[in-house]
This record gives sequence, structure tokens and C-alpha cells, in this order.
Amino acid sequence: MNPANRPPVEAAVLGTGQTHHTSRRLDVSMAGLCREAIDAAMADARAGWDDIDAIIIGKAPDLFEGVMMPELMMADALGAAGKPLLRVHTAGSVGGSTAIAATAHVQSGRFRRVLAVSWEKQSESNAMWALSLPVPFAAPVGAGAGGHFAPHVRSYIETSGAPLDTGAKVVVKDRRAGARNPHAHLHQPDITVEQVMAGKMLWDPIRYDETCPSSDGASAIVIGDSVAAREAESAGRGVAWIHATSMRTEAGTYSGRNHRSPRAGRDAAAALWAEAGIDDPRAEIDVAEIYVPFSWFEPMWLENLGFCDAGDGWKLVAEGATAPDGDLPVNPSGGVLSSNPIGASGMLRFAEAARQVMGRADEHQIAGARRAFGHAYGGASQYFSMWVVGAEPNEAVASLRETQDQAL
Amino acid sequence: MTTTTPARDVAIVAFAHAAHSEASPGTTNGVEMLAPVFAECYEQSGLDRREIDFWCSGSSDYLAGRAFSFISAIEAIGATPSIQESHVEGDAAWALFEAWLTILSGHADTALVYGFGKASASADLDATMAAQLDPYTQSPLGPGRHQLAALQARAGLDAGMWSTDDLARIAARTHGIELAEVAAARAEADPLTAFDCPPVTDGACAVILAAGDRAKEIRTTPAWIAGLGQAIDSAELGARDLTASPSVREAARQATGGAELGPIDLAELHTPYSHQEIIVRRELGLGDNVRITPSGGSLAADPMFSAGLERIGYAAKAIYDGGARRTLGHASAGPLLQHNLVALLEGRG
Repeated sequence: MNPANRPPVEAAVLGTGQTHHTSRRLDVSMAGLCREAIDAAMADARAGWDDIDAIIIGKAPDLFEGVMMPELMMADALGAAGKPLLRVHTAGSVGGSTAIAATAHVQSGRFRRVLAVSWEKQSESNAMWALSLPVPFAAPVGAGAGGHFAPHVRSYIETSGAPLDTGAKVVVKDRRAGARNPHAHLHQPDITVEQVMAGKMLWDPIRYDETCPSSDGASAIVIGDSVAAREAESAGRGVAWIHATSMRTEAGTYSGRNHRSPRAGRDAAAALWAEAGIDDPRAEIDVAEIYVPFSWFEPMWLENLGFCDAGDGWKLVAEGATAPDGDLPVNPSGGVLSSNPIGASGMLRFAEAARQVMGRADEHQIAGARRAFGHAYGGASQYFSMWVVGAEPNEAVASLRETQDQAL
Repeated sequence: MTTTTPARDVAIVAFAHAAHSEASPGTTNGVEMLAPVFAECYEQSGLDRREIDFWCSGSSDYLAGRAFSFISAIEAIGATPSIQESHVEGDAAWALFEAWLTILSGHADTALVYGFGKASASADLDATMAAQLDPYTQSPLGPGRHQLAALQARAGLDAGMWSTDDLARIAARTHGIELAEVAAARAEADPLTAFDCPPVTDGACAVILAAGDRAKEIRTTPAWIAGLGQAIDSAELGARDLTASPSVREAARQATGGAELGPIDLAELHTPYSHQEIIVRRELGLGDNVRITPSGGSLAADPMFSAGLERIGYAAKAIYDGGARRTLGHASAGPLLQHNLVALLEGRG
């Protein structure tokens, strides 16, 4: 691929919306749940239905709710009747992939404003059952995602020498942050490292409080082209300019695979930083929303993404660098550890990054956030999607385009 | 929608599909059918796996009977080192749509799009497909898929929009049999006979897309995408006019930007029931001079979740192998032509 191929059209997030996240939203159907997030995003984007040119839908397996391709029967509720609709499904990274597919709609020059929606209503079914159906030629783990990832965490502790309470420190940081986010599923403002360490061990070394909840919830974003974005800015509404997007996938197992820091994640990050024109992510990113369903993945992903050297992730946690008042705040929204509507969790990370640079992150706003990072992963740590958004358009792209124009 | 002319030209340069099978060997999602199809596309294009910038697939977890069933397709690709990849839950024609936008957005120059499905693995295909309907008012009734189509066929008969003779002519042409044989067939789901309904088929297919000069390096006459559009209709079957499919017309409008469809040599239509060919032809305004679905289409073989992409593949092949100048590929998804996609392809030079 020619690295000089830049999107012909700039894209920006015009608005975001999300539901409150909780174990069981028995008061709404799937359509009602989605509509809460959609209506909030449309209001935030100051967009009406006539402004929306296409709908992009993402969610994790349909077996989680028991309706096959539910976007079909929800076409009217999603505002899609008479319009293009695309349904993305890429494992746990799907919320992020959906935002990236929506971005491509706009960057292609074919669509001015699109609506992307993702959700999970886990209370409709039993996710553990849906994930436990036998896979041909694969040894059954039989212990859910935690059982799958626990050996990777043990390996990380052994190779990095991380103190055993590193995960608990991440939990305390994220749950206390989540307590300031009215949308978050769990609110634990007083949780302590001692409490977490005294909790029940589920999958050694992962304790009860170090896991994400099962949530019902939805997330929506409106993405527009530069014309729509400039209109919003002229009207005094901040937008989140999309500086770069990146997706990578690899096989879940292969000889020599580094399960602690998968190559697909490193490749995705390298491509992302290059497109965004970022040389030093830790210095140049103001706030990061990283997909951390089990506490130990914060230090592991910090290394995988290039925010620090291999083996140093736990030091950032220990120093408090990733706290809301640190130099690289991670998950000030409370993150996946505070809310996990699976199909929406990735888009929530992308949307929370956008809210930060739009200056509309309410109680968990990081002061002065100009450039933010959103991340999602899925499968056996084998699907990765990520983006960088900024309060201004991407300078790297702007200067490259200038050079190209001069060459022409 | 903006009317910006795409900054890049994109063409289909390779197409292959697995042999249609009533019951293929292998596991429930049918990924075993993919590797030979990929190999054929590499051979046709001269591209190596590592020269594919973007991968996008379409399939169904419900058809395979398990969550995340598409992940094992990654093994069929041999995705090591990592690849840029995405997946749609649905017919792979929509994966083609995502791949086209990804190339237009500058994130890839080449893409391999594939779909796969093993309908024979479903113990009760009617129950599986009924899970696609409204879960409160329709799924619990458990309508069989042919019976649902029969309601649509009956609505057209009652409205005088087609006759049983019209359906028989389509079935006879597709199956290469005499009208009398169709007329003598017993009803499968009145008014439809078995000849009017799709068979159960396992299948997989793939196409390769390439931008601009890359496409010209691969083919003398690439099948250029002159337009690509898609749209969905309401799911409220009781509120829809079942004899129409407005989203077919809207998909064509999206593809042309509102201009006339122009002359079409050949149209490959994804119409699993004979009467649906009449609906789609009417919505597209295709005249008698257009060759309709010479591949046989879904009445001859209906590889679910790759059949739509296969129609587009055949429409492309007619250009680069068959000398056609302008063709149309159509894909459909959801019950009774709810969701439709139109691809306009052309040879140039």
C-alpha cells in the first residue's frame, strides 16, 4: 500500500451518546436501548434524521440476545429504513471497528454524515453459554474469558517482575473514576487496594474485583466530513477530528506467539502513530481510553501500544502516571472495568476519547485534552482497532497534503 | 449523501467460488471451503497473500450455530503476521461495500473479500431463519422460510402483478427444463413449487478488488466499479407492500447518484424465489434485452451469505472473461428482499 494515500476527505466526530449501563435494562427492548444512545448522539451532534446518510451497526455475537442479525428487524427503530445500513461483527473489538467503518464511509467522500451504533443487552441471554459452544479442533477452555487470559497475566507478572498488587491499583483507579461518571455501571468511590486483594480469587491471579461487569448498554456516534465539522465549529460546537484509524487481526495461536504483547496490537499501534504523525505517544497523547476488561491489561497494553518500553507498564501504574491527575490519564471514564456492554465497549472507548477533545466529558473531563486515543481488542487478543482524535485537524495530514499539492 | 466523485477507481480483478454442494464435509461454519477459493484468486490475479492490503468477509453465527464462528476463517487466510481485516454479519456483498469504502478512503490499494456458509449444518433451517424475524410478534409463530416467501408470491398473484405462468417460465429457464414439468410439480409452499424455491447449498466465494493502476496491471479489462449502493427497508412485513422492494430502487439510486442506470448487458440478480426476480427487475427497470442471471442464481444453488457476492463476481467475470461492457450485480439480505445492494460494473478501453 502506498503510504501517501491519505483519505480524500477529513472526518470528525460531531456528537456522541450513550445509555446508563447496568446489569438488566428490563424497562426497554433492544431497540429502545439503542434509541437512547442514538437520540443522545443526534442531539449532541445537532443532527436531524434528514442529515444522516447511512447507519453503521456493531455488536458482538447475536447469540448474546437470541435474535439473528437484529439490525434487520430493528431497521425502523435505528432510523435506517430507506437508507444504507452496514452491520459489522469483529469480536470484542467490534465497537471500535464499527467506528472505523463509519469513518471510512465519510473519508471515502461518499457520505457527509453517518450514524454508528453499537450495543449489547446481555440480560436477554447468557453470554457464558453463548461463548461456551464447542469450537471444532480447539481445546475447550471452559472457564470463559478470564480463564483464557489468566495464564497470559501470570506470564506477564513473571517476565516483568510486576508487584502483585499492580492489578488492584488499576481497579481502584478505574472504579473511583467510574464513580464520577453517571453513565457507569459500577460506582465504588471508596474501594481500596486492600479490599481488592482480600477478594475472592477467580482465575489466579485475577481476583473478583479485577474483572469487568456484564452490562446492558449502547453507544452511538455521529461522524461528519470537514464541511459538516466546520459548520459545527462555526456554531461554537467542538468536534473531534479523526487523525488516524487502524485495525489489525492475527491468528489466535501460532508458534512463537507472544500472548502478553501480541504482534497484531504492536502492528496496529505502529500504523496508527505513523498515520497520526506521532513519534512519542506518551508525550503527545493527552488522554487514553484503553480496553481493559481485566485489570492487568492496563500495564500490558501500555507496553503493547508503545506508551512505554516492554516490562515498564506496571511502573506507570505504580507512579500514578495513568491516574486522572497523572501525565497520561488512562480510562478517566472508569473504562471497561466499570461498564461492559460487550458490543458497545469498544465504541465507548472511541467515544470517550472524542468527548475529551470536544471538551464535553463532563465530570471526568481531563483539563486541556487536545489529542486522545481510543482502543479496543477482541478474540484471543487477536483483533485490534484504535483511533487518534484531536481538537484540531491532523497537522501531519495537512502538511502532507500541502506537499502533494505543491508536487502537482 | 455527498456527490463527490470517488477519488480512486476500483475494479474487481479476480473471482472464484467453491463447488456448490448439498452437504460439504468439514465443520459447521464451512471455512474448509475457503483455502482453495483463495488459491484460485491468487492465481488469477498473480497477487500473493502478502500483497492483499485489506480483508473483509461476510458470514452468519446463527447458520454456523456458534458465537464468533468467523474467527476460524483467519486460520484459512494464514493471518501471520497480522493483517488489516474486518467482517460483516450478513452476505459478503456488504463486505465488498466496506472494502470498497476502505480503498476509497486510502487505507488500502487491494482487498480480498470473501463469504462462506454451510446451510447443511443446520438441523432446522426454517427455525434458524425464523430467528431473523421480530422476536415478539413473528419469530414465535415459526414461519418456514418458503412459507414466508409464498405470502409474497401470493400477494403478487392477488394483485395481478404476475401469474403462475410467469413464475413457471422463470423456473423453467433457470433449471433448463420444460414448462410442462414445472406445471406438473406439486406445491412446496402454495403457490410456490420446489422449482420456485432455493435448494440448501453449502458454499464459499471470494473476489479481489484493486485500485487504479494495480487493477490495470492484473487485467487487460478489469471490471471497474462504476457505482455501488445499498439500502434497507422496514422489517414490518405487515406494513410493507410485499410486491415491491423500494430499497432495490434506492440502492440503484445510491449507485448512480440519481442518474439513469444506462444500458446493461447482463444482470446477475440475487433472487432466491422465482417471483422475486420479477420484483427486482421491475424496481431496476431492466428491459427484455438484458440477460438475467445466466449463472443460474439462487434458484439453482443458494450458498447462503456468499450468494450475493457470487452474483457480483459473475457480473464481473462477464466483463473480463466474456466481453460484456456493462453489467449489474445485485445482492439481497433479510426476509423477502428487505435489504438490497446494487453494483454497476463496466469494462473500459
